[in-house]
Amino acid sequence: MSYKSRADLGGQRGHGAVTPEVEGELWHAPWEPRVMALTVAMGATGSWNIDMSRSARESLPNYTALSYYEIWFTALRKLLLERRLMRRAELQGGTSIDAPLQMPNVLRAADVPARMALGSPTLRAAVAPAKFSLGQRVQTVRRRPDHHTRLPAYARGKVGSIECIHGAHVFADTNAQGLGEQAQWLYTVVFDAAQLWAECTGSRHRVSVDAWEPYLEPCEDLP
Amino acid sequence: MLAEKGYIEPAALDVLVDTYQTRIGPRNGARVVARAWIDPEFHAWLLRDASAAIASLGYSGRQGEHMIAVQNTVQRHNMIVCTLCSCYPWPVLGLPPTWYKSAPYRSRAVREPRAVLAEFGVTLPEATEVRVWDSTAEVRYLVIPQRPAGTEGMGEAELAELVTRDSMIGTGLPRGRST
Repeated sequence: MSYKSRADLGGQRGHGAVTPEVEGELWHAPWEPRVMALTVAMGATGSWNIDMSRSARESLPNYTALSYYEIWFTALRKLLLERRLMRRAELQGGTSIDAPLQMPNVLRAADVPARMALGSPTLRAAVAPAKFSLGQRVQTVRRRPDHHTRLPAYARGKVGSIECIHGAHVFADTNAQGLGEQAQWLYTVVFDAAQLWAECTGSRHRVSVDAWEPYLEPCEDLP
Repeated sequence: MLAEKGYIEPAALDVLVDTYQTRIGPRNGARVVARAWIDPEFHAWLLRDASAAIASLGYSGRQGEHMIAVQNTVQRHNMIVCTLCSCYPWPVLGLPPTWYKSAPYRSRAVREPRAVLAEFGVTLPEATEVRVWDSTAEVRYLVIPQRPAGTEGMGEAELAELVTRDSMIGTGLPRGRST
């Protein structure tokens, strides 16, 4: 098994300049709003969770060649096939062949405002006290696990300090693998940019990530 | 076909598109910021418990369940990115712009934020610290830009007009505030 995310872009070189865009320009093809709505509506059925859907997107072999909503659409089709909600022949032919699976949680038009306003909070009751305290120096784990995870490559094996403690949150790593929520303490860990990239030495610039406790180890070395 | 199978209700798709096209967008966030500019108590609440303060104005939910508001000052300029995907505070800013989701911004915002800001026409004083927040979990961030000088007499609605989407991501400044 070898899991590869193609979405971990932080710090990479060679992607060119940013193209600003005027406010209110939401779509760049007529099918895009449809794909956005389909993705949100299917997500609302609970057939998969948001971490599974992020995992489905970031592991697409052609991730970097696709536009944003192409990524969403391709990952949606992948999840529909994986969950056996559809067959390839159905997706290709555009007509239903098999009887549908039970879908208890279909998103109804009348429920959209309330469901969107509620969202899916990820804060959970903590089962253990937080291991780290505000201001504490920590080191992030170095090794990248063989599954969906949310510690970017640029922030691996780095020393930073705890800036915020957000409570215990659904752990993306296990939730994405179908291993349950396994809520873990979530922290904002801030790094001097020079810790992350040598060329940033002297630049007045710091970067933070939000990191679950399993991503962190105490840092015992001298300041 | 998803409708044929009963997995989705087509009318729900229309409501979703309409919601994010006309009802939920950066004007929500602009109202939050304008309120913070004129109401010190609301401002303090926003910095202390952004989710509750923002919900008091009627904005909550999907992709904004756990909000943090960060204040720009002369000393510190905040900038938000999601290097891993496209995490963005939907209830206050709506759907993210294309550049926010694209490789150039996601790769460079963390490493060379001043160069990225320059591409948005923003140059900060050398002494200002740039603080980049990479949204890697379910916490969503809203930047409270500095209130432009000379706006003391303006009301909330007029001030909200000055608050651009980019100024709430940290890639822009409010209208009427130059670097």
